[in-house]
Amino acid sequence: MLEIALDARRGHFHLRLECRFVSEWTVIFGPSGAGKSTLLRLLAGLDRPDHGRISLDEDVLTDTARGFHVRPGRRHTALVAQQPALFPHLNVSANVAYGLSGLDARSRQVRVEEMLELVDAKNLADRRPSDLSGGEAQRIALARALAPLPRLLLLDEPFSALDGIASDSLLSRLQRWISEHRIQTVLVTHDATDAFATGAEVALLREGRLDALGPAAQALASERERIIARL
Amino acid sequence: MMDWQALILTLKLATVTTAILLVIAIPLSALLVLGRSRWLAALEALAALPLVLPPTVLGFFLLVLLGLRTPVGRGIAAILGHPLAFSFEGLVIGSVIYSLPFAVQPIVAGFAAIDSSLVDAARLLGANPIRLVFSLLVPLARRSLLAAAVLGFLHTVGEFGVVLMLGGDIPGATRTLSIVLYNQVENFDYAAANRTAAILLGLSILALGAIYIGGRPRGGRNA
Repeated sequence: MLEIALDARRGHFHLRLECRFVSEWTVIFGPSGAGKSTLLRLLAGLDRPDHGRISLDEDVLTDTARGFHVRPGRRHTALVAQQPALFPHLNVSANVAYGLSGLDARSRQVRVEEMLELVDAKNLADRRPSDLSGGEAQRIALARALAPLPRLLLLDEPFSALDGIASDSLLSRLQRWISEHRIQTVLVTHDATDAFATGAEVALLREGRLDALGPAAQALASERERIIARL
Repeated sequence: MMDWQALILTLKLATVTTAILLVIAIPLSALLVLGRSRWLAALEALAALPLVLPPTVLGFFLLVLLGLRTPVGRGIAAILGHPLAFSFEGLVIGSVIYSLPFAVQPIVAGFAAIDSSLVDAARLLGANPIRLVFSLLVPLARRSLLAAAVLGFLHTVGEFGVVLMLGGDIPGATRTLSIVLYNQVENFDYAAANRTAAILLGLSILALGAIYIGGRPRGGRNA
């Protein structure tokens, strides 16, 4: 369970929300500029809120009142952003292995192979990031983020670079794997079909505020009407 | 007659200085680029100070500081058995300070040019600051590191004011090629001065070649 109470100002933008994500998958849906990426950076620990508290399954990750902040990399939190951000000087295997420095060489190798298989990229192991297509790079970024077995996975529209079919099959396989490993996932998207596809809990974010939280059909009722009206 | 002793001394001074410069400039630049403290602006200004300070002034300050007039200088002399002023070690200290901005500025520029999303990714994957520097920043900014090394080296080879103030003109200890050139001109030995100047010029051309040929990316994109 992810508990969030945040207050963060970024120039004129003000993100303020208080909520609790209990479902295994939460989709945060909102137009661009709603504060989705800002929220993910705060959850990942890359930025600090002005005030607030973030906790994951009873473990406090950030608590400004006590001046407490677990640094990224110690939070068991993975973030896959829109840009795959693969390390250009390392091949695909070394990229996936980057977060596995705590494992011995053999276990590391096994984990890397498992992750590449999960994202359908075993044949890409020796390639350089510059030789990958956008979709391939995105899959490797996903494998790299999941390799250390995080407890919380944050996805910032990572499927934007994948084509529809690859995205659907990858999504269902990932969901299965993530659920097996009991990894709580928060996916951010501005695409309503993504929000409906996972059957997850949906949070509707607008101008830095949480407008609705619940099952997709309920949380996105207004959004649905807007789309139908446009059709 | 070629002054081999001065040539070897100059190359030795420049090599030692460059090695120390890199050891200092890499972590310092990483701190300046990645750090968040408000004191960093002051530190960056301090690291750039030798750029605007006249070399003779810097040499004079160091001469006073490292000589026997100050407690610091006397303390060092007590430990080493001789004062640092007018010694090779003293010259190394002077050269490192004098050339620091020439090493720091290209490295800071190189580190700052690295996509911040790569740094974020490494931090999220658990890289501590040391690993971040050596597994990501250094390999991605290797052209800047090469430029820093070459600039630091050349700047040391060519320095004159600091060397003369702090080191004097002691053959084998502090008499570098620049000092030799100055002496030759002072003695109206223009033929010898020409040869010394040609060597200094040759070193510069060689080093610049190293930057432009050695640092050229081999296919694909390069940071």
